[in-house]
Amino acid sequence: MKYESWGRYPKADQTGSQLPAQPDSRVFSQSKPNLPFGRGRSYGDVCLSSKGQLLDTRNMDSFLEFNRETGLMTCQSGVQLGEILDLCMPAGWIIPVSPGTQFVTVGGAIANDVHGKNHHIVGTFGRHLKAFELLRSDGQRLICSPDDNVDLYKATIGGLGLTGLITWAQIQLTKISGNSVSAEHIKFSNLTEYLALSDESSTGYEYTVAWVDCMARNEKLGRGIFSRANDSANYIDEKPSRTLSVPIDIPISMVNPLTIGAFNPLYANKQFTKHKNEILPYRSFFYPLDSILHWNRVYGSAGFLQYQCVIPESERTCMFDILKVVSNSNMGSALAVLKTCGDLESPGLLSFPMKGLSLALDFPFNGLSTLKLFDELDRLVMSAGGRIYSAKDAHTSAQDFQKMYPMWEALERQRDPAFLSDFWSRVTNQTP
Amino acid sequence: MKNILIFGASSKIAHCTARLFAAEDSKFFLVARDSTKLESIAKDLEARGANEVVTLTVDLADTSHHSACISAAIEAMARIDICLIAHGTLGDQDLCQENVDETLNQINTNGLSYISLMTRISQQMEKQNCGILAVISSVAGDRGRQSNYVYGSAKALVSAFTEGMAHRFAQSNIKVILIKPGLVDTPMTSDFPKGPIWASAESIAAGIYKAIQQPKTTAYLPFFWRYIMLLIKLTPSWLMHKTKL
Repeated sequence: MKYESWGRYPKADQTGSQLPAQPDSRVFSQSKPNLPFGRGRSYGDVCLSSKGQLLDTRNMDSFLEFNRETGLMTCQSGVQLGEILDLCMPAGWIIPVSPGTQFVTVGGAIANDVHGKNHHIVGTFGRHLKAFELLRSDGQRLICSPDDNVDLYKATIGGLGLTGLITWAQIQLTKISGNSVSAEHIKFSNLTEYLALSDESSTGYEYTVAWVDCMARNEKLGRGIFSRANDSANYIDEKPSRTLSVPIDIPISMVNPLTIGAFNPLYANKQFTKHKNEILPYRSFFYPLDSILHWNRVYGSAGFLQYQCVIPESERTCMFDILKVVSNSNMGSALAVLKTCGDLESPGLLSFPMKGLSLALDFPFNGLSTLKLFDELDRLVMSAGGRIYSAKDAHTSAQDFQKMYPMWEALERQRDPAFLSDFWSRVTNQTP
Repeated sequence: MKNILIFGASSKIAHCTARLFAAEDSKFFLVARDSTKLESIAKDLEARGANEVVTLTVDLADTSHHSACISAAIEAMARIDICLIAHGTLGDQDLCQENVDETLNQINTNGLSYISLMTRISQQMEKQNCGILAVISSVAGDRGRQSNYVYGSAKALVSAFTEGMAHRFAQSNIKVILIKPGLVDTPMTSDFPKGPIWASAESIAAGIYKAIQQPKTTAYLPFFWRYIMLLIKLTPSWLMHKTKL
């Protein structure tokens, strides 16, 4: 089994083994640092451990309980969010928070404290956890909740898999009336228009997100399409899932200035009218990219990096500067996603979102020029008091990381001594 | 409602197959060796919508338990609509070559115990005059090869026995299906290096589920193993013996 992160950068050989369905502490390596591994959907090196042993949780995929009346769901940490949806949607429930893909595991969703298009209303995934069990390398099984083992509970949410192995978790699902959303897509011609739209939609819409053309410049800087949506009582027959797949490694990146230059203006004008309304299944709305398996391969064998940052509300004009740097670099990606996050606090010590603007962009890895651009973006983010998303990161310096996440020392104190990742070695300057 | 009896229910393939039936108004009787695993699988199937799950912890390698085990299943379910036999161990070929007892153990667990269960289940299905019996054998039974002929010969026994039984019941309401998985990525094979012809337990389970709905009586899973094994069977010995297969 070959283990790699979604961005396939950095490249480093990994050793891992499939855990049994019911693991105990004997599965942990004594000689090498351990790190739980779900489905490898985080982008950078939070899910990698070059000198360690990955604990592959794919066999920990059972449900423990699903109460169809209350929407309380308990499952093992290797269950993928899509499997939860298969079970709960026909019963009128949905996961409270959906990241961009349904292929992440529950363990990964907790460890990265994922957020979604409804962050401004419900906050992160960690806010909806009733409890979970942590298996530590010393054999302890600890039930963590807002009332029990509180320090570990807070450290594990957004804790990047470092506090031990999450075996199961209990999640409060959200009631839905059909299987679809009623969505409205609105074209905006620059970032100022985005901000107005976002402010206007911050109440009254459960889900908001925008796609941004990061090649556009000057008065069109930050143009894109804003989507806002609410639960709909409609029941749409989802077509039997016809998924496409990128079956092989493409040697060079298909995403380059030439293809983006052609694609982005087309996408920006994909709807002729300023407004477009539609009813579409939740899954199509949440996970448009899931219909193409292995889409990460289009970035070529060198892999790609995602840059995701959040800028505090008070400094949001900094986003103009960030977009300028990206569009001037001419390296920008097809997929730039802008989202206004809300002020609901996560229990997690190292949770990423804060009230303000979050931007996510993909860049094919082009060596030094990519890393230089990231350094430049980091300077802007740091000066605005923002931070970058560890789940996507592969480059931030230890110094910057520790400033962005001053609580890192509290996580370090709760870290299981037998657990370590390449990411954590990098941002805390330790060698395994 | 469907009544489903599964031997070796804690195997990954059996568990994944059971999940596909759990959403369909089913009642399960699960037999396996490991009670902790069984309990967790029972909870999983219940959460996924199973009507009822009864479990029984038995080591199926010991055929003297089979009669009581099947009586308990019949008592719990009255009628057995579907029975899946899926238990087994992937023995250590080298160890078997050193040790006769280990060889006979492997033949017993992966071969003879199937014969015992199938004979008893077929008697019950004859009494009911209906039922589907799905038996997991292996492509390893299609030709003896130096790398795992102990396991392979046990499965050859199961395959021939199942084919014969399918023939016997061909004109009746009883259907017997021979399932021949190829290389499957499960906890049983977690130490093997994996290549592109390895299939997931989920995809094998989907194949078993489909085979149960269809009239066919032999299913290679995934389908291409039929052709791989055909080639391997057609390979002359002088050539075969030059390989490490």
